[in-house]
Amino acid sequence: MRNIFLFLRRYRAFLVFIFLQVVSLWFLFSYNRFHRAKFLGIANEVTGRINAQYNTVEDFFSLKEENRKVHRYNDSLLNLLRRNFMMRDTSVETGNGLLPSDTGNKYRRYFLRPATVIYNTVTSQKNFIQINRGSSQGIKDNMAVISSDGSAVGVVINVSANFSQVMSLLHVQSTVSASLKKTGDLGTVEWDGKDPRYLIMKRVPKSADVKVGDAILTSPVSFNFPPGYMIGIVSDFKLDNTSGMYSLKLKTAANFYNLQQVHVIENLDYDEQVKLNQDTKRKIDDIKKTPR
Amino acid sequence: MNDFLKNIFRIALFILIQVYVLNKIHLHRFIIPYLYYLPILWLSFSIPRAGLLFIGFVTGLTLDYFMMTPGLHAAACVLIAFVRPFVIGILTPKDSSEFNYREPSPRAMQWTPYVIYVFILTLLHHGYLVFLEWLSFGSFLGFIIKVAGTTAISMLLIITVELLFPRKLRFRTNTAA
Repeated sequence: MRNIFLFLRRYRAFLVFIFLQVVSLWFLFSYNRFHRAKFLGIANEVTGRINAQYNTVEDFFSLKEENRKVHRYNDSLLNLLRRNFMMRDTSVETGNGLLPSDTGNKYRRYFLRPATVIYNTVTSQKNFIQINRGSSQGIKDNMAVISSDGSAVGVVINVSANFSQVMSLLHVQSTVSASLKKTGDLGTVEWDGKDPRYLIMKRVPKSADVKVGDAILTSPVSFNFPPGYMIGIVSDFKLDNTSGMYSLKLKTAANFYNLQQVHVIENLDYDEQVKLNQDTKRKIDDIKKTPR
Repeated sequence: MNDFLKNIFRIALFILIQVYVLNKIHLHRFIIPYLYYLPILWLSFSIPRAGLLFIGFVTGLTLDYFMMTPGLHAAACVLIAFVRPFVIGILTPKDSSEFNYREPSPRAMQWTPYVIYVFILTLLHHGYLVFLEWLSFGSFLGFIIKVAGTTAISMLLIITVELLFPRKLRFRTNTAA
Protein backbone atom coordinates (compact mmCIF):
# COMPACT_ATOMS: atom_id res chain seq x y z
CA MET A 1 0.00 0.00 0.00
CA ARG A 2 2.76 2.38 0.95
CA ASN A 3 4.53 1.57 -2.27
CA ILE A 4 1.45 2.49 -4.26
CA PHE A 5 1.33 5.89 -2.60
CA LEU A 6 5.05 6.36 -3.17
CA PHE A 7 4.56 5.44 -6.80
CA LEU A 8 1.65 7.88 -7.17
CA ARG A 9 3.69 10.64 -5.55
CA ARG A 10 6.77 10.00 -7.57
CA TYR A 11 5.03 9.86 -10.94
CA ARG A 12 2.36 12.43 -10.16
CA ALA A 13 3.30 14.71 -13.08
CA PHE A 14 3.38 11.79 -15.47
CA LEU A 15 -0.03 10.56 -14.35
CA VAL A 16 -1.52 14.05 -14.72
CA PHE A 17 0.02 14.16 -18.21
CA ILE A 18 -1.54 10.83 -19.20
CA PHE A 19 -4.89 11.90 -17.75
CA LEU A 20 -4.97 15.19 -19.66
CA GLN A 21 -3.86 13.50 -22.89
CA VAL A 22 -6.68 10.98 -22.56
CA VAL A 23 -9.21 13.76 -21.92
CA SER A 24 -7.96 15.73 -24.96
CA LEU A 25 -7.98 12.74 -27.25
CA TRP A 26 -11.41 11.73 -25.98
CA PHE A 27 -12.70 15.23 -26.86
CA LEU A 28 -11.04 14.97 -30.25
CA PHE A 29 -12.28 11.55 -31.26
CA SER A 30 -15.74 11.75 -29.72
CA TYR A 31 -16.19 14.87 -31.86
CA ASN A 32 -17.80 12.82 -34.55
CA ARG A 33 -19.53 13.55 -37.79
CA PHE A 34 -22.48 15.09 -36.02
CA HIS A 35 -20.32 17.36 -33.92
CA ARG A 36 -22.01 17.06 -30.57
CA ALA A 37 -18.88 17.86 -28.61
CA LYS A 38 -18.85 18.43 -24.89
CA PHE A 39 -19.70 21.98 -23.76
CA LEU A 40 -19.83 23.07 -27.37
CA GLY A 41 -23.14 24.88 -26.97
CA ILE A 42 -21.81 27.21 -24.26
CA ALA A 43 -18.44 27.67 -25.94
CA ASN A 44 -20.20 28.48 -29.20
CA GLU A 45 -22.18 31.24 -27.49
CA VAL A 46 -19.01 32.77 -25.95
CA THR A 47 -16.77 32.58 -29.02
CA GLY A 48 -19.75 33.82 -31.06
CA ARG A 49 -19.97 37.04 -29.06
CA ILE A 50 -16.24 37.72 -29.44
CA ASN A 51 -16.33 36.89 -33.14
CA ALA A 52 -19.28 39.25 -33.65
CA GLN A 53 -17.26 42.11 -32.14
CA TYR A 54 -14.29 41.38 -34.35
CA ASN A 55 -16.47 41.12 -37.41
CA THR A 56 -17.82 44.66 -37.07
CA VAL A 57 -14.24 45.82 -37.69
CA GLU A 58 -13.49 43.38 -40.50
CA ASP A 59 -16.74 44.14 -42.34
CA PHE A 60 -15.66 47.70 -42.90
CA PHE A 61 -12.78 46.72 -45.16
CA SER A 62 -14.77 44.65 -47.63
CA LEU A 63 -17.90 46.75 -47.98
CA LYS A 64 -17.22 47.69 -51.57
CA GLU A 65 -16.70 44.14 -52.80
CA GLU A 66 -19.81 43.02 -50.92
CA ASN A 67 -21.93 45.82 -52.37
CA ARG A 68 -20.96 44.81 -55.85
CA LYS A 69 -21.98 41.23 -55.18
CA VAL A 70 -25.32 42.20 -53.65
CA HIS A 71 -26.05 44.44 -56.56
CA ARG A 72 -25.27 41.68 -59.04
CA TYR A 73 -27.41 39.17 -57.21
CA ASN A 74 -30.33 41.60 -56.91
CA ASP A 75 -30.08 42.12 -60.60
CA SER A 76 -30.35 38.41 -61.31
CA LEU A 77 -33.32 38.14 -58.94
CA LEU A 78 -35.15 40.90 -60.78
CA ASN A 79 -34.61 39.04 -64.01
CA LEU A 80 -36.02 35.93 -62.46
CA LEU A 81 -39.16 37.76 -61.33
CA ARG A 82 -39.92 39.17 -64.74
CA ARG A 83 -39.46 35.81 -66.37
CA ASN A 84 -41.80 34.17 -63.89
CA PHE A 85 -44.44 36.74 -64.46
CA MET A 86 -44.51 36.12 -68.17
CA MET A 87 -44.68 32.37 -68.02
CA ARG A 88 -46.81 32.02 -64.98
CA ASP A 89 -47.99 28.44 -65.27
CA THR A 90 -44.90 26.67 -66.57
CA SER A 91 -42.43 24.58 -64.64
CA VAL A 92 -39.94 27.46 -64.51
CA GLU A 93 -41.38 28.27 -61.13
CA THR A 94 -39.91 25.15 -59.59
CA GLY A 95 -36.59 26.88 -59.92
CA ASN A 96 -37.83 29.73 -57.81
CA GLY A 97 -38.57 27.64 -54.73
CA LEU A 98 -42.09 26.62 -55.67
CA LEU A 99 -43.25 23.15 -56.66
CA PRO A 100 -46.65 22.47 -58.18
CA SER A 101 -48.62 20.15 -55.90
CA ASP A 102 -51.27 17.66 -56.95
CA THR A 103 -54.21 19.95 -56.38
CA GLY A 104 -52.82 22.57 -58.68
CA ASN A 105 -51.96 24.97 -55.88
CA LYS A 106 -48.40 26.16 -55.52
CA TYR A 107 -46.80 25.82 -52.15
CA ARG A 108 -43.58 27.09 -50.77
CA ARG A 109 -40.86 24.49 -50.43
CA TYR A 110 -37.78 26.58 -49.56
CA PHE A 111 -37.46 29.52 -47.26
CA LEU A 112 -34.42 31.83 -47.25
CA ARG A 113 -33.07 33.79 -44.30
CA PRO A 114 -30.17 36.24 -44.58
CA ALA A 115 -27.20 35.97 -42.18
CA THR A 116 -23.74 37.42 -41.74
CA VAL A 117 -20.55 35.38 -41.50
CA ILE A 118 -18.70 36.21 -38.29
CA TYR A 119 -15.89 33.67 -38.38
CA ASN A 120 -14.46 31.65 -41.23
CA THR A 121 -11.31 29.65 -41.91
CA VAL A 122 -9.91 28.09 -45.09
CA THR A 123 -6.51 26.91 -43.86
CA SER A 124 -7.59 23.87 -41.85
CA GLN A 125 -8.52 20.40 -43.05
CA LYS A 126 -11.87 20.92 -41.37
CA ASN A 127 -13.14 24.39 -42.07
CA PHE A 128 -16.14 25.87 -40.35
CA ILE A 129 -18.09 29.07 -40.75
CA GLN A 130 -19.88 30.78 -37.90
CA ILE A 131 -22.94 32.92 -38.66
CA ASN A 132 -24.88 35.38 -36.51
CA ARG A 133 -28.19 33.56 -36.44
CA GLY A 134 -29.20 30.69 -34.19
CA SER A 135 -32.17 28.66 -33.05
CA SER A 136 -33.90 31.79 -31.68
CA GLN A 137 -33.83 33.21 -35.21
CA GLY A 138 -35.16 30.06 -36.82
CA ILE A 139 -32.00 28.21 -37.79
CA LYS A 140 -32.00 24.44 -37.47
CA ASP A 141 -29.44 21.72 -38.18
CA ASN A 142 -28.99 20.55 -41.78
CA MET A 143 -30.13 23.76 -43.42
CA ALA A 144 -28.21 24.69 -46.58
CA VAL A 145 -26.13 27.87 -46.77
CA ILE A 146 -25.43 29.83 -49.97
CA SER A 147 -23.34 32.95 -50.43
CA SER A 148 -24.75 36.32 -51.43
CA ASP A 149 -24.00 35.67 -55.10
CA GLY A 150 -25.94 32.42 -55.05
CA SER A 151 -23.26 29.78 -54.83
CA ALA A 152 -23.26 26.84 -52.40
CA VAL A 153 -21.24 27.35 -49.21
CA GLY A 154 -22.10 24.58 -46.75
CA VAL A 155 -24.58 22.99 -44.36
CA VAL A 156 -25.54 24.01 -40.81
CA ILE A 157 -24.32 21.39 -38.35
CA ASN A 158 -24.67 22.96 -34.92
CA VAL A 159 -26.89 25.67 -33.48
CA SER A 160 -26.85 27.68 -30.28
CA ALA A 161 -29.37 30.32 -29.25
CA ASN A 162 -27.92 33.16 -31.34
CA PHE A 163 -25.18 31.62 -33.50
CA SER A 164 -24.76 28.65 -35.81
CA GLN A 165 -21.81 26.65 -37.08
CA VAL A 166 -21.75 25.79 -40.75
CA MET A 167 -19.67 22.94 -42.14
CA SER A 168 -18.03 24.56 -45.12
CA LEU A 169 -17.74 22.71 -48.45
CA LEU A 170 -14.03 22.94 -47.59
CA HIS A 171 -14.30 20.24 -44.94
CA VAL A 172 -12.91 16.78 -45.60
CA GLN A 173 -16.11 15.17 -44.32
CA SER A 174 -18.46 17.35 -46.35
CA THR A 175 -20.47 15.65 -49.10
CA VAL A 176 -22.99 17.50 -51.24
CA SER A 177 -25.04 16.02 -54.04
CA ALA A 178 -24.49 17.84 -57.34
CA SER A 179 -25.38 17.66 -61.00
CA LEU A 180 -23.92 18.80 -64.31
CA LYS A 181 -25.84 21.75 -65.66
CA LYS A 182 -25.61 20.57 -69.25
CA THR A 183 -26.62 16.92 -68.97
CA GLY A 184 -28.08 16.60 -65.48
CA ASP A 185 -25.78 13.72 -64.54
CA LEU A 186 -25.49 13.35 -60.78
CA GLY A 187 -22.38 13.11 -58.62
CA THR A 188 -21.06 13.96 -55.16
CA VAL A 189 -18.97 17.01 -54.36
CA GLU A 190 -16.29 16.46 -51.73
CA TRP A 191 -13.03 18.10 -50.71
CA ASP A 192 -9.63 16.42 -50.61
CA GLY A 193 -8.27 18.85 -48.00
CA LYS A 194 -5.55 20.17 -50.27
CA ASP A 195 -6.34 23.40 -52.07
CA PRO A 196 -9.17 25.65 -50.82
CA ARG A 197 -9.76 26.93 -54.34
CA TYR A 198 -10.73 23.54 -55.74
CA LEU A 199 -13.34 20.90 -54.90
CA ILE A 200 -13.59 17.32 -56.17
CA MET A 201 -16.72 15.86 -57.75
CA LYS A 202 -16.83 12.07 -57.70
CA ARG A 203 -19.00 9.30 -59.12
CA VAL A 204 -19.93 11.05 -62.36
CA PRO A 205 -20.93 8.32 -64.88
CA LYS A 206 -18.66 7.67 -67.83
CA SER A 207 -21.51 8.35 -70.24
CA ALA A 208 -21.65 12.01 -69.19
CA ASP A 209 -20.24 14.42 -71.74
CA VAL A 210 -17.91 16.46 -69.52
CA LYS A 211 -15.84 19.40 -70.77
CA VAL A 212 -13.60 21.88 -69.01
CA GLY A 213 -15.67 24.96 -68.18
CA ASP A 214 -18.94 23.11 -67.54
CA ALA A 215 -21.03 24.44 -64.67
CA ILE A 216 -21.83 22.21 -61.69
CA LEU A 217 -25.06 22.98 -59.81
CA THR A 218 -26.70 21.70 -56.64
CA SER A 219 -28.72 18.65 -57.58
CA PRO A 220 -32.50 18.20 -57.61
CA VAL A 221 -32.18 15.12 -55.37
CA SER A 222 -30.61 16.85 -52.36
CA PHE A 223 -32.54 17.15 -49.10
CA ASN A 224 -30.90 20.39 -47.99
CA PHE A 225 -29.98 22.33 -51.13
CA PRO A 226 -32.59 23.58 -53.57
CA PRO A 227 -31.65 22.65 -57.14
CA GLY A 228 -29.81 25.03 -59.41
CA TYR A 229 -27.40 26.88 -57.15
CA MET A 230 -23.87 27.11 -58.49
CA ILE A 231 -21.17 24.94 -56.84
CA GLY A 232 -18.27 25.30 -59.26
CA ILE A 233 -16.81 25.15 -62.74
CA VAL A 234 -15.00 22.08 -64.11
CA SER A 235 -11.30 22.89 -64.41
CA ASP A 236 -9.96 19.39 -64.95
CA PHE A 237 -11.32 15.85 -65.18
CA LYS A 238 -9.97 12.34 -65.36
CA LEU A 239 -11.41 8.87 -65.72
CA ASP A 240 -10.92 6.61 -62.72
CA ASN A 241 -10.10 3.24 -64.30
CA THR A 242 -11.03 1.11 -61.28
CA SER A 243 -14.56 2.46 -60.88
CA GLY A 244 -15.11 3.53 -64.49
CA MET A 245 -16.40 6.90 -63.28
CA TYR A 246 -15.21 10.44 -63.86
CA SER A 247 -13.55 12.40 -61.10
CA LEU A 248 -13.85 16.15 -61.75
CA LYS A 249 -11.81 18.99 -60.30
CA LEU A 250 -13.98 22.05 -59.69
CA LYS A 251 -13.06 25.68 -59.22
CA THR A 252 -15.34 26.81 -56.38
CA ALA A 253 -18.05 29.29 -57.34
CA ALA A 254 -18.14 30.85 -53.87
CA ASN A 255 -15.05 32.77 -52.83
CA PHE A 256 -14.36 31.24 -49.43
CA TYR A 257 -11.61 33.76 -48.69
CA ASN A 258 -13.98 36.71 -48.30
CA LEU A 259 -17.40 35.31 -47.41
CA GLN A 260 -19.60 37.88 -45.70
CA GLN A 261 -23.31 37.82 -46.42
CA VAL A 262 -24.97 34.42 -46.77
CA HIS A 263 -28.50 33.04 -47.08
CA VAL A 264 -29.62 30.10 -44.97
CA ILE A 265 -32.12 27.94 -46.83
CA GLU A 266 -34.71 25.87 -45.02
CA ASN A 267 -36.31 22.95 -46.82
CA LEU A 268 -39.79 22.99 -45.32
CA ASP A 269 -40.28 19.33 -46.29
CA TYR A 270 -36.96 18.19 -44.83
CA ASP A 271 -38.35 16.28 -41.83
CA GLU A 272 -40.97 14.52 -43.93
CA GLN A 273 -38.47 13.54 -46.62
CA VAL A 274 -35.92 12.21 -44.14
CA LYS A 275 -38.59 10.32 -42.23
CA LEU A 276 -39.90 8.72 -45.42
CA ASN A 277 -36.35 7.75 -46.34
CA GLN A 278 -35.73 6.09 -42.97
CA ASP A 279 -39.11 4.34 -42.94
CA THR A 280 -38.41 2.91 -46.38
CA LYS A 281 -35.06 1.58 -45.26
CA ARG A 282 -36.61 -0.02 -42.19
CA LYS A 283 -39.39 -1.55 -44.28
CA ILE A 284 -36.93 -3.10 -46.71
CA ASP A 285 -34.88 -4.48 -43.84
CA ASP A 286 -38.02 -6.06 -42.38
CA ILE A 287 -38.87 -7.68 -45.70
CA LYS A 288 -35.37 -9.11 -45.94
CA LYS A 289 -35.62 -10.58 -42.46
CA THR A 290 -38.98 -12.33 -42.90
CA PRO A 291 -38.48 -15.56 -44.91
CA ARG A 292 -40.81 -16.08 -47.82
CA MET B 1 1.96 42.94 -11.81
CA ASN B 2 0.98 39.72 -10.17
CA ASP B 3 2.49 36.71 -11.97
CA PHE B 4 -0.85 34.94 -12.16
CA LEU B 5 -2.66 37.89 -13.74
CA LYS B 6 0.26 38.54 -16.05
CA ASN B 7 0.18 35.00 -17.41
CA ILE B 8 -3.60 35.02 -17.90
CA PHE B 9 -3.27 38.31 -19.77
CA ARG B 10 -0.47 36.93 -21.94
CA ILE B 11 -2.33 33.73 -22.81
CA ALA B 12 -5.53 35.61 -23.67
CA LEU B 13 -3.59 38.08 -25.82
CA PHE B 14 -1.75 35.37 -27.72
CA ILE B 15 -4.93 33.36 -28.34
CA LEU B 16 -6.71 36.45 -29.71
CA ILE B 17 -3.71 37.17 -31.95
CA GLN B 18 -3.74 33.55 -33.10
CA VAL B 19 -7.46 33.50 -33.87
CA TYR B 20 -7.90 36.95 -35.40
CA VAL B 21 -4.55 37.66 -37.03
CA LEU B 22 -2.48 34.56 -37.72
CA ASN B 23 -5.36 32.25 -38.72
CA LYS B 24 -6.48 34.87 -41.21
CA ILE B 25 -3.14 34.85 -43.04
CA HIS B 26 -3.34 32.60 -46.06
CA LEU B 27 0.35 31.95 -46.66
CA HIS B 28 0.02 28.56 -48.23
CA ARG B 29 -2.44 25.72 -47.90
CA PHE B 30 0.00 23.71 -45.78
CA ILE B 31 1.09 26.47 -43.45
CA ILE B 32 -0.66 28.09 -40.52
CA PRO B 33 1.66 30.36 -38.52
CA TYR B 34 1.26 29.23 -34.90
CA LEU B 35 2.33 31.45 -32.04
CA TYR B 36 -0.29 30.92 -29.33
CA TYR B 37 1.77 28.42 -27.30
CA LEU B 38 4.59 30.91 -26.62
CA PRO B 39 3.22 31.96 -23.18
CA ILE B 40 3.61 28.31 -22.09
CA LEU B 41 7.30 28.50 -22.99
CA TRP B 42 7.54 31.75 -21.02
CA LEU B 43 6.10 30.43 -17.75
CA SER B 44 8.32 30.67 -14.70
CA PHE B 45 11.04 28.07 -14.09
CA SER B 46 9.67 27.31 -10.64
CA ILE B 47 6.08 26.48 -11.60
CA PRO B 48 4.88 23.05 -10.32
CA ARG B 49 4.73 20.44 -13.07
CA ALA B 50 1.08 19.52 -12.54
CA GLY B 51 0.14 23.22 -12.70
CA LEU B 52 2.13 23.57 -15.91
CA LEU B 53 0.17 20.70 -17.46
CA PHE B 54 -3.18 22.23 -16.49
CA ILE B 55 -2.20 25.63 -17.89
CA GLY B 56 -1.21 23.93 -21.15
CA PHE B 57 -4.51 22.06 -21.27
CA VAL B 58 -6.63 25.18 -20.67
CA THR B 59 -4.65 27.23 -23.23
CA GLY B 60 -5.04 24.57 -25.89
CA LEU B 61 -8.72 23.99 -25.17
CA THR B 62 -9.51 27.72 -25.35
CA LEU B 63 -8.00 27.90 -28.83
CA ASP B 64 -9.80 24.66 -29.74
CA TYR B 65 -13.20 26.18 -29.05
CA PHE B 66 -12.42 29.04 -31.40
CA MET B 67 -11.26 26.68 -34.12
CA MET B 68 -13.94 24.01 -33.59
CA THR B 69 -11.44 21.23 -32.96
CA PRO B 70 -12.02 20.22 -29.30
CA GLY B 71 -8.97 18.43 -27.90
CA LEU B 72 -6.57 18.86 -30.81
CA HIS B 73 -4.49 21.82 -29.62
CA ALA B 74 -5.10 20.85 -26.00
CA ALA B 75 -3.35 17.52 -26.58
CA ALA B 76 -0.37 19.21 -28.25
CA CYS B 77 -0.07 21.84 -25.49
CA VAL B 78 -0.21 19.22 -22.73
CA LEU B 79 2.60 17.37 -24.50
CA ILE B 80 4.92 20.39 -24.64
CA ALA B 81 4.02 21.35 -21.08
CA PHE B 82 5.08 17.84 -20.02
CA VAL B 83 8.34 17.85 -21.97
CA ARG B 84 9.33 21.43 -21.06
CA PRO B 85 11.03 20.71 -17.68
CA PHE B 86 13.16 17.94 -19.24
CA VAL B 87 14.34 20.21 -22.06
CA ILE B 88 15.18 22.99 -19.61
CA GLY B 89 16.99 20.45 -17.45
CA ILE B 90 19.17 19.34 -20.37
CA LEU B 91 19.93 22.81 -21.72
CA THR B 92 20.77 24.62 -18.50
CA PRO B 93 23.34 23.95 -15.78
CA LYS B 94 22.23 21.33 -13.27
CA ASP B 95 22.78 23.59 -10.30
CA SER B 96 19.50 25.47 -10.02
CA SER B 97 21.19 28.40 -8.28
CA GLU B 98 22.54 29.25 -11.70
CA PHE B 99 19.12 30.57 -12.71
CA ASN B 100 19.42 34.27 -12.27
CA TYR B 101 16.12 35.03 -13.92
CA ARG B 102 12.64 33.76 -13.22
CA GLU B 103 11.51 32.69 -16.67
CA PRO B 104 13.08 31.32 -19.88
CA SER B 105 14.28 34.04 -22.23
CA PRO B 106 17.28 34.66 -24.49
CA ARG B 107 18.88 36.68 -21.71
CA ALA B 108 18.26 34.12 -19.00
CA MET B 109 19.49 31.11 -20.99
CA GLN B 110 21.77 32.61 -23.69
CA TRP B 111 20.58 32.75 -27.27
CA THR B 112 21.71 29.32 -28.50
CA PRO B 113 20.21 27.20 -25.69
CA TYR B 114 17.05 29.31 -25.81
CA VAL B 115 16.59 28.82 -29.56
CA ILE B 116 17.22 25.08 -29.19
CA TYR B 117 14.69 24.96 -26.34
CA VAL B 118 12.07 26.77 -28.45
CA PHE B 119 12.88 24.66 -31.50
CA ILE B 120 12.50 21.29 -29.74
CA LEU B 121 9.15 22.25 -28.21
CA THR B 122 7.90 23.83 -31.44
CA LEU B 123 8.79 20.74 -33.43
CA LEU B 124 7.08 18.48 -30.86
CA HIS B 125 3.98 20.68 -30.77
CA HIS B 126 3.58 20.85 -34.54
CA GLY B 127 4.58 17.24 -35.08
CA TYR B 128 1.95 15.98 -32.65
CA LEU B 129 -0.69 18.44 -33.85
CA VAL B 130 -0.27 17.60 -37.53
CA PHE B 131 -0.01 13.90 -36.69
CA LEU B 132 -3.41 14.00 -34.93
CA GLU B 133 -4.91 16.11 -37.70
CA TRP B 134 -3.72 13.75 -40.41
CA LEU B 135 -4.50 10.50 -38.57
CA SER B 136 -7.93 10.45 -40.11
CA PHE B 137 -6.79 11.94 -43.36
CA GLY B 138 -3.65 12.49 -45.40
CA SER B 139 -0.38 11.20 -46.77
CA PHE B 140 3.10 10.82 -45.26
CA LEU B 141 4.85 13.30 -47.54
CA GLY B 142 2.20 15.92 -46.82
CA PHE B 143 2.73 15.30 -43.11
CA ILE B 144 6.49 15.94 -43.33
CA ILE B 145 6.09 19.08 -45.46
CA LYS B 146 3.44 20.50 -43.15
CA VAL B 147 5.50 19.90 -39.99
CA ALA B 148 8.62 21.43 -41.56
CA GLY B 149 6.75 24.42 -42.98
CA THR B 150 4.79 25.30 -39.84
CA THR B 151 7.87 24.81 -37.63
CA ALA B 152 9.99 27.11 -39.79
CA ILE B 153 7.38 29.87 -39.84
CA SER B 154 6.74 29.56 -36.08
CA MET B 155 10.47 29.78 -35.29
CA LEU B 156 10.70 32.90 -37.44
CA LEU B 157 7.74 34.46 -35.61
CA ILE B 158 9.03 33.59 -32.15
CA ILE B 159 12.50 34.95 -32.82
CA THR B 160 10.96 38.13 -34.24
CA VAL B 161 8.80 38.49 -31.13
CA GLU B 162 11.85 38.01 -28.88
CA LEU B 163 13.84 40.65 -30.78
CA LEU B 164 11.03 43.20 -31.06
CA PHE B 165 9.52 42.87 -27.59
CA PRO B 166 12.26 41.99 -25.10
CA ARG B 167 10.59 41.23 -21.78
CA LYS B 168 11.63 43.13 -18.71
CA LEU B 169 13.00 40.36 -16.56
CA ARG B 170 13.16 40.38 -12.83
CA PHE B 171 16.03 38.77 -10.99
CA ARG B 172 15.24 35.87 -8.78
CA THR B 173 15.90 36.91 -5.21
CA ASN B 174 16.75 34.65 -2.33
CA THR B 175 14.96 36.65 0.29
CA ALA B 176 11.25 36.70 -0.45
CA ALA B 177 9.29 34.09 -2.29
